[in-house]
Amino acid sequence: MKKTWLWAVLPLVALVTSIIIFLSTNPLSPLGISAPPLENLTIERTVLGDRAISLLVRAEGSEPMQIAQVQVDGSYWTFTQKPPGALPRLSTAWIDLPYPWVEGETHHLNLITNTGVGFEHTIDVAVATPQFSLSRLWGFTLLGLYVGVVPVGLGMLFYPSLKTLGGEGMKFILALTLGMLAFLLLDTLEEGLKLANSAANAFAGSILVWAIAAISFLTILTIGRSRGKAPEGQSLSTYLSFSIGIHNLGEGLAIGTAFAVGEAALGSLLVVGFTLHNLTEGIGIAAPLVKSKPTFITFLGLTALAGLPAVLGTWLGVFAFSPHWAAIFMGIGVGAILQVIVEVGSYLARTASKIGGTWLSKISLAGFSAGLIVMYGTALLVNF
Amino acid sequence: MTFDVSRRSLLGMGLLGGGNILGKFLPSKALAQNPKQHDNHFTSSAVHGGSTTVGDVDNDRNGFNPRDILTDWDGGKVSQLPNGQTLREYDIAVEEREIEIAPGVFYPAWTYNGRVPGSTIRVTEGDRVKINFRNKSLHPHTIHFHGIHSARQDGVPGTLEAMPGEEVVYEFDAKPFGCHLYHCHSAPFKRHLHKGLYGAFIIDPDPKRHPEAEQQARSRLLGSSENKQWQEFLMVMNAFDTNFDEENEFYAVNTIPHEFMKRPLRIERDRPVRVYLINVTEFDPVNSFHLHGNFFDYYDSGTTLTPTLRTIDTVMQCQGQRGILEFSFKEHAPGQYMFHAHQSEFLELGWMSAFEVVA
Repeated sequence: MKKTWLWAVLPLVALVTSIIIFLSTNPLSPLGISAPPLENLTIERTVLGDRAISLLVRAEGSEPMQIAQVQVDGSYWTFTQKPPGALPRLSTAWIDLPYPWVEGETHHLNLITNTGVGFEHTIDVAVATPQFSLSRLWGFTLLGLYVGVVPVGLGMLFYPSLKTLGGEGMKFILALTLGMLAFLLLDTLEEGLKLANSAANAFAGSILVWAIAAISFLTILTIGRSRGKAPEGQSLSTYLSFSIGIHNLGEGLAIGTAFAVGEAALGSLLVVGFTLHNLTEGIGIAAPLVKSKPTFITFLGLTALAGLPAVLGTWLGVFAFSPHWAAIFMGIGVGAILQVIVEVGSYLARTASKIGGTWLSKISLAGFSAGLIVMYGTALLVNF
Repeated sequence: MTFDVSRRSLLGMGLLGGGNILGKFLPSKALAQNPKQHDNHFTSSAVHGGSTTVGDVDNDRNGFNPRDILTDWDGGKVSQLPNGQTLREYDIAVEEREIEIAPGVFYPAWTYNGRVPGSTIRVTEGDRVKINFRNKSLHPHTIHFHGIHSARQDGVPGTLEAMPGEEVVYEFDAKPFGCHLYHCHSAPFKRHLHKGLYGAFIIDPDPKRHPEAEQQARSRLLGSSENKQWQEFLMVMNAFDTNFDEENEFYAVNTIPHEFMKRPLRIERDRPVRVYLINVTEFDPVNSFHLHGNFFDYYDSGTTLTPTLRTIDTVMQCQGQRGILEFSFKEHAPGQYMFHAHQSEFLELGWMSAFEVVA
């Protein structure tokens, strides 16, 4: 017993020792490595205030980095840095520039470090960053409700007509849900990877998204099947709501950031598009409930679970946004959607076998394709 | 010629977007009549409405000061040759060293005698000039003088080129009089020059040889009583490409951006001003000098005693071109008068300065 403990601890001790030896003896010196430090800088947030530009930067140098000068539109400009001084690896600082930016125009910034390397950042369309206020918060809340809660709720209204469907009709609806989920999976994954790309390199964003997706998929799958059988009825609907909710958080983030950086010129088209786009989600969530007798509260809860994250997303997107956290959320979303794909798929297979068929049929193919096509078609309205 | 769009489009942007703002600042800031500002204190009123580099360069660590370079003429070690000719001897060594070329920005420079620009060699027409040139660096280097000399003294690859650790001697008579320069001519030429291997080479006219314009010649001759009336400054227009993309990040006179904007150059109103202006800027076709509220006479290359251009307020020079500017603020109210490149791009990247005219 004692010996096995020893064999667990010994490798760790050896590891620490070898690292200490490496750092103290510097075996790289005969290789002549005395290169300048590697530097990288990620601009995580851009805030345009009253005749002022503020940037949240994250340093990713092999050594602490020093921002020496800042150019705005090719002109060196006064700036203050909070906190001041050198920026150790992965630390952040705010750069505040009292610059009279011009509404609706493009501005180019260039941050010059002490080694003379420049890191460029472009503000494509300069609009004032929404400052936090209750009226603004309410405005974005309404937007989130329109995009998330309303369409899911409207989709739920199909419930009574879903109850009248026979087995074949149910197969169609479940396959439709699968098609919709497949679309959401790709959409969420793409969004997550895009966010990961704009995050600091050190976070290895894309791997992070995949890894988080795998872990969240297995975790939710394990929880869902902890009673020894696949979730059905209300619990399956709950998982559907949860996963769609995280996806809608991502949609909210996208809308919020678009407003924050002045790209949401689509306005009403955007809202109408999302409403149509997310209607299918409501149908999908309601489908597993056909066999049970859900209360009104159940529908309300499921709608909230799927829709309210969109509100949260708009808030985060507008007022506090950092790409790596958003990427992590999207990773969780990918795993969650994958889990409901598995569970809705197995539910479809069980439904099919009850009525004496297999999961693969013309009906389910038609439903799956319809789900994908409807989602893609309505996405045309909201891709910006 | 291909231009990096992101940088070049700034010019247009700056003119469209910044023009308005610039206009707002110019009358109030640049023409501010504030004779009380005698301290060389960095106040925000002295800079161009927020358009400035932040902080200050440590001149002591650099071992040279752009303000000193304005006036530190180096006459060399003086002796007489048997034929009566004056011999001026200089020791110049190439050193590779990191210098702070803008506040907080460090650049791996190649230098003559540890400074950029190198020593200002100032001699008189007809003097014998001898340069003991030592190369203490890891690359071959030369000194190529702009002047009249034999091919054997030209300081180009293969001709008096000092290999690492070597020493060579250049020797020639100083002619023609004027405002000239010297620089390294080793290959690759662009990099050798851009990294800091350049300096001023001024040949004062010998009044005895110019009876037709003796007064003007005497006024240029360093040390003469006429010359003492003048306020003379050396300004080498240079720039640095700190990220090696063949686009300059910093522009200045005498290396340090905004130095004379943060602490304007004091001149006495009643004494005339003479500027020895040299352009060594790499990567840009031309550089220029524009004076606010005043006009000057210009002597291209300084090789004449009468102006080659009269009453202008802006002069343009290509790389290696140089000249002498003469002007006076005698009739002016005291105050700050800007001078800068009239390429907005260079101005906003550091080549922006001001005279503080005091009565």
